Amino acid sequence: MKTEFEVNGQPVALDVEPRLSLADCLRRDLHLTGTHVGCEHGVCGACTVLIDGEAVRACLTLAVQADGRRITTVEGLSDDQALSPLQAAFRRHNALQCGFCTPGMITTAHALLSEEPNCDEHRVREVLSGNLCRCTGYMPIVKAVLDARSAYQGQSPAQRSNLTSVEK
Amino acid sequence: MKPAAFDYAVPATLAEAVALLAQHGGEAKAISGGQSLMPMLNFRLTSPAMLVDLRRISELHGMDIQPAGTRLGARTRWCDIEKSSALAAAQPLLCAAIAHVAHYQVRNRGTVGGSIVHADPAAEMPGLSVALDAQLRLVGAQGERMVPAAEFFTGPLSTVIESDEVLVEVLLPAWPAARRWGFQEFARRRGDYALAGAAVWYDLDSNGSIINAHIAIIGASDRPRRLPTVESVLNGRKPDAASFAAAAQATSAAVDPMTDVHASAEYRRALAGTMVERALSDAAQRAAA
Repeated sequence: MKTEFEVNGQPVALDVEPRLSLADCLRRDLHLTGTHVGCEHGVCGACTVLIDGEAVRACLTLAVQADGRRITTVEGLSDDQALSPLQAAFRRHNALQCGFCTPGMITTAHALLSEEPNCDEHRVREVLSGNLCRCTGYMPIVKAVLDARSAYQGQSPAQRSNLTSVEK
Repeated sequence: MKPAAFDYAVPATLAEAVALLAQHGGEAKAISGGQSLMPMLNFRLTSPAMLVDLRRISELHGMDIQPAGTRLGARTRWCDIEKSSALAAAQPLLCAAIAHVAHYQVRNRGTVGGSIVHADPAAEMPGLSVALDAQLRLVGAQGERMVPAAEFFTGPLSTVIESDEVLVEVLLPAWPAARRWGFQEFARRRGDYALAGAAVWYDLDSNGSIINAHIAIIGASDRPRRLPTVESVLNGRKPDAASFAAAAQATSAAVDPMTDVHASAEYRRALAGTMVERALSDAAQRAAA
């Protein structure tokens, strides 16, 4: 089945099986392996991507349901040159160990801070409850997201959603 | 796991969707946000021959808040509910309870209609539809019908909806500002299905006694349901700690939970009573505040 959508600013046109998940489509067909596949039933959050700026589970979304939409993966949140505010904060706080959950943490946190740059710790914890990490114990992740807020505050919504390469 | 193969269609109108569902008999399934259906497909607990995606059907979208009541299009997402301050004023119990639904990412795609039709006995929205006396408008090949939520659920993941029917909208009666309400659920982890939960509300007569008590429970029965014996314990009594303790006791006697890997029947029976008592206590305290 033919489907067309935008991934990290680039238009893509694919012919896929309807049963292909967006996560597998991104990894297998588009070679964007930053999106990780963990549980495949909507519990772990490793596959989180943004659809029209909203965080969703790519394992619970069909590639054909992305038709006409704008997808952002973790690759789209970095320019490979300088660290984004979230990347820099994760490094500063040692907010990753094995790194498997990190793409989902970064995409989720980016969606949250783009929409709610003034969110408090309670809100950060509530939102990150949909992302499992088996290494860190979450505390450094929560601290990193709270720390990254300052880069998102005082920016327009459009500027916030494009905060991908500001070294801090 | 990966789903078994299926065909997929995105009809532009409700009539086309119904025709597709009818044409495939029981082999086609409607998909809305997919947040309940996709895990079922991935586990291969279900393997329909065709998915009919409802996303382009305009009748299923939007919410409408009127003095006479509230209409939620079946495609209303949890995040739409969370972001509507008008709805928080018009349907406070609904909005407080929806905050417990799943996680951030799921709330951006999951829909009211999908959750009701999926009919998980521990999910919030089916229980709320029963607690709030919702009417469900179904449209199928034989025409349309209104089904009260109280008559919609027949068991775990089972409802009266026919294979060619689509849930179009959920109609909620108006909510008087003075109404007392509470919602409580207990889950092991944030966003998990409730081990047990309670959605309660009541009005007060001119003597300050409870009338019109509605006590609905989730997770402690094979379907979301109201508990008439608990409601009759409350009706006519004052909203005080003794009444609420009596309601808790009546709840534990009225529910018939299952033992499963998450909790024993005995634990769930006790928990359901505690949830009702705490929800009633919240209702009274909110009024006093």
